[in-house]
Amino acid sequence: MAPVPLDNELVQHLKAKFGDAIRDATLDRKQAIVNVGAEKLREISRHCRDEEKFDMLVDLTAVDWPNREKRFDVIVILYSFARNERVRLKAHVGDGEKAPSLCEVWPAANWLERECFDMFGIVFEGHPNLKRILLPDEWEGYPLRKDYDILKQDTAWVRENLGIESGQ
Amino acid sequence: MTDTPTSGLSNVETTVLGADEIILNMGPQHPSTHGVLRVKLKLDGERVVDSECIIGYLHRGVEKIAEHRSYQQFAPYVDRMDYVAAVSNGLGYCEAVEKLLGAEAPPRARVVRTILTELQRIASHLLWLGTHALDIGALTPVFYCFREREEILKIFEKYCGARLTTHAFRIGGLQYETYDGLEADVKRFCDDFTHRIDEYETLLTENRIWVGRTKGVGILSAADAIALGVTGPVLRASGVKWDLRKAMPYAAYADYQFDIPTRETGDTYDRYIVRMQEMRQSQRICLQAIENIPSGPIMAKVGKVLKPPPGEVYHSIEAPKGELGYYIVSDGTTQAYRVRVRPPSFINLQAFDKMARGSLVADVVAIIGTIDIVLGEVDR
Amino acid sequence: MGHLIPPSILPYVLPVIYGVVIVAVLPLMAGYIVLLERKVMADMQARLGPMRVGPHGLLQPIADAVKLLLKEDIIPEKADKLMFWIAPLVSVTMALVAYSAMPFGPAFQIADLNVGLLFILAVSSLGIYGIVLGGWASNSHYSLLGALRSAAQLVSYETAAGLGLVSALLLAGSLSLKEIVQAQYDQGEWFVFSVPIGFFIYLVGSIAETNRAPFDLPEAESELVAGYMTEYSGFRWSLYFLAEYANMIIVAGIATTLFLGGWLRPFPHFSDHLPGTSVEIMDGLPAMVFLGVALYCFWLAPKQPVKIQKIVMATVGGLCIALAGTMVAALFGPEGVRLGVYGGFWFMVKVMGYLYAFLWVRFTFPRYRFDQLMRLGWRFLIPLALVNLIAVATAKVASQEWGWYPRITMILATIFTLGVALWLASRDAKQEPAVEAAGGD
Repeated sequence: MAPVPLDNELVQHLKAKFGDAIRDATLDRKQAIVNVGAEKLREISRHCRDEEKFDMLVDLTAVDWPNREKRFDVIVILYSFARNERVRLKAHVGDGEKAPSLCEVWPAANWLERECFDMFGIVFEGHPNLKRILLPDEWEGYPLRKDYDILKQDTAWVRENLGIESGQ
Repeated sequence: MTDTPTSGLSNVETTVLGADEIILNMGPQHPSTHGVLRVKLKLDGERVVDSECIIGYLHRGVEKIAEHRSYQQFAPYVDRMDYVAAVSNGLGYCEAVEKLLGAEAPPRARVVRTILTELQRIASHLLWLGTHALDIGALTPVFYCFREREEILKIFEKYCGARLTTHAFRIGGLQYETYDGLEADVKRFCDDFTHRIDEYETLLTENRIWVGRTKGVGILSAADAIALGVTGPVLRASGVKWDLRKAMPYAAYADYQFDIPTRETGDTYDRYIVRMQEMRQSQRICLQAIENIPSGPIMAKVGKVLKPPPGEVYHSIEAPKGELGYYIVSDGTTQAYRVRVRPPSFINLQAFDKMARGSLVADVVAIIGTIDIVLGEVDR
Repeated sequence: MGHLIPPSILPYVLPVIYGVVIVAVLPLMAGYIVLLERKVMADMQARLGPMRVGPHGLLQPIADAVKLLLKEDIIPEKADKLMFWIAPLVSVTMALVAYSAMPFGPAFQIADLNVGLLFILAVSSLGIYGIVLGGWASNSHYSLLGALRSAAQLVSYETAAGLGLVSALLLAGSLSLKEIVQAQYDQGEWFVFSVPIGFFIYLVGSIAETNRAPFDLPEAESELVAGYMTEYSGFRWSLYFLAEYANMIIVAGIATTLFLGGWLRPFPHFSDHLPGTSVEIMDGLPAMVFLGVALYCFWLAPKQPVKIQKIVMATVGGLCIALAGTMVAALFGPEGVRLGVYGGFWFMVKVMGYLYAFLWVRFTFPRYRFDQLMRLGWRFLIPLALVNLIAVATAKVASQEWGWYPRITMILATIFTLGVALWLASRDAKQEPAVEAAGGD
C-alpha cells in the first residue's frame, strides 16, 4: 500500500531526456506519479504529448502543503489513448513562484489553470487570460489554501455586492 | 491543435467596439442555459465571432468542505454536484475511496451498483433529450422523456428512499439490500423502454426540421476534442471510440456485452444519435445484469472508521456527461487531505467557444444544449 | 317584417347584426380556441391541461381575460407613445375587418363582395403593419429586429399562399367567396381533391402567415432575440394575441371556402333519403352524431369519480341532445333556416378540423431557424406554387379547349407538380449542409 519507487520505460525515457528535472518517480496504489521540476514542466508535458503519446490532459490541479518550503503541488494527470495508461506529473511550486502554463500544449489547461489560480493563488506564466473563474473577480483570498478557514468569506465583497452582513 | 483561445471578450468593457459588432449577453437567468450560466457573445450580424462563458454562480466550495468531513460524511455532498445523475457521482467517489483503502466491494454490490448506474445514465440522457428538444422548439418530447424518467426515479425511491440526490452507495458496497421486486421492476422498465425510445426516434431522428437544426451545427473535430480534454458522448460523436467502461472497467462492466456508439462528424446531430444509442446500450446492460445478480454480502469489511494509509489516488468513471474523476489525497486521518473532482461538464464547456465560433446566434442555444452540462458540476 | 323598418335602412340591418355578433363572439371564441389548444397540447403530451378553473378548465379563458384586463399597463419610457398605442389596434382592426367578407354559411355574410377573396387577403396583409409598428414603437432594437423578421416571414409566405389560392381560383372562376363555394357544388367535388398540391401550399403558407410553429421563431421564448410583443403587457398584449387567433380563424375560413367546400356538406349531390322520411341521409348525419356523443356522455357520467364531474358530463350530454334537437328542428323548418343552420355547422366543423391540423403540427415539429424558414419559402414553396399554377392552368385548358377528360388532366397536373416538388426538396437538402459547413471549423 505504501508508495514504491518506479523505474519503468517511461521514467527511463524521461530521465534520459531531462536528467535532473525528473526528481523521482513512485507507484502509489498502482498509479504512476512522476515528480518533476516546475521549471521544466512545459517541456516535459510537450515531450509526453508528442513522444510518449499522452495526448489528453485529464486534469490539472494543486494541493497545498503549507508546512513545506515549496507549499504547492501542481498535479497534471495525463492519459494516452494508444497505451491506455495514465501518468501523474507533480511539480513543487512555492508561494509567489510562477508555474509554467500548459495552455500551449493542451488548450484544455486554460480553465483548469484559472481554477488553480482562483483557489490557490498559483500564477501560471504564459496563460492568456489568468483571472478568477469560479469566484467573483474582486474576491480577496484563495479558499483552498489550508490557512483559509472554512467559515471565512470575503465579507467586504459580500457586504458590497449582496447587501447583507455575511453569508453565515 | 494548439490554438490558444483569445482573451477578446474579457477586455470588452474598455475597448471601443467595431461598428458592426454587438455584445449579446445570455444572462444567468435564461430558460435555455440549463442552470445559472452566463454566456457573452460577440456578434457580427448573425454570426458569433467570439464567446465567453462566465461560470461560478453555483460554486459551493465542495472541495473545501471535503477537507472537513470524514469520508463517509462527504458522500452525500457528491450527489449535489451533477444532481441530474447523482448515482454516478456516488459510484465514482465510493470506488475512489475504496481504491484508496485497498478494499473492494463484493460481487453482489458491484452488480447492483452497475444496474443502478446504468438506469441513472438512461435517466440523465432522458432529461438531456427533453430539454434539448424543448430548446429547439419541439414541445412534446420533454413530457414523454419525463414520463420514462419518472419510472426510473420510482425504482430509486423504492431502493434507497430518494429520487434525485440518492446517496445510493456506501464506501465498501451498499447499505441497503435490494428490495423484493427490483429485478421485476427493472425488467418491466427495460422491456417497455424499447418502444418508448422508438417513439422519440420517430419524432426526431428523421424529421427534416430537426436534422436541419442539428446537422452541421457546433462541429468539433476529434483532434480538437482531445486537445480540449473533452470526454463522454461529445468525444465519441467526434469519432474517438473510447469509453472508460471498456478501457478501464470498473464495477461489473467487464462481465457484460455492450457496444460503444461512435459517429464521425461531431456535430449536434451526431451527439444526439450517440446519446440515443447509449440509452439503448444501457438498457442492454441492465437486462444482462438482472439475469444474474450474485448472492452474497453487500458490504466489504472496511470498518466504521476509515483511515486510509497516507497517499493519493485518482479514479474515474464514465458518468453520463463524460469522465468523472476523483483525485483524493489522504494524510492518514479520518478526513481527506484534498479531494479534487474532475468535472466533465466544466471541461466539456470549454469546448463551447470552439463550437460556437462561426455559427449563427439561433444555434447557440442548440450548442449549449448539446454539450449537456449541469451547472452543479461545472461550479461545484 | 320588412314593413316595420324604413326601406332606406333595411339592407343594412342584417349586416349590422352580423357584424355585432362577430365582434362580440370573436374574442370569446378566440379565448376558447386557446383553451382548446392547451387541452389538445396536453393530450398530445400525455397530460391533462387546465383542470382547475371551472370544470375541466372551461372557465380558464375567462380567468385569463380578467387577469389581462387588470394588469398594469406598462409603457417603456422612451417608446413612441402614439405608435405604441396604435400598433395593436391596427393588427386587431385588420383582423376583424377581414371577417366582413367571410361567409360562415349561405346566408351569414356581412358583405358579399364580388372580389371577396381579394379583399380578405388585402386586409389581412395590412395587419403586418401592426407588427412592424409594434416592434418600432418598443424602442428596443431586439424587438425591432424580431418585428422585421416576422414581417419578412409573413410577406414571403403570403406570396406562396396566395399563389396556392390562385390555382383553386382557376377552377372556381370568380373571386366572390359565395361563387367559389357554388362552383365546388356545381363541379361536384371539393377543390382539395382537384388541386391537392395547391391545398398543401396554402396550408404551409397559412401556418407561416399566422406565426405558428414550426414557423414561430419571432415569438419563441427560448431564442435570444425578443419578438415584437416583448414590451407589451396586459390588455395590449391580449389585443395582439386576439389578432393572431383571429387571423388563424380567417385563414382557416379561406381554406375551408376555397378548398374544403365551404358550407357544403360532404357528398352534396348524394340525395338518398332516410327510409320513410323526406330527410336526406347526409343531412341527418349531424343530428345522429350529436345523439351518439350525448349517449356516450351519459354512459360515461356515472363512471366519473367525483360528483361535480358527473354533473359536468351529464350537462355536456344534455347540450349535445339540445344541439341534436336544433339540427332536427332546423330540418323541418323553413328552407332558409335549414340551409343556414346546416351550412354553419359544416363550415364550423371544417374550420375546426383545419385548426386542429395547426395545433397538431405545432406540437409535433421543432422550430425552423430563420434562414431555413426563408430558404424554405423562397426556394421551395414559391417555385412549387408557380409550377402548380402553370400545371393547373394547362390542365384546365387541356380539358376545355382540347376536350380531354377533366379528372385525368388534373391528376396528370398533380403528378407533374409532385415530381417537381420532390426535385426541389432534394435540391434543397443537398445545398443546406454547404452553408452550415462554411461556419464550422
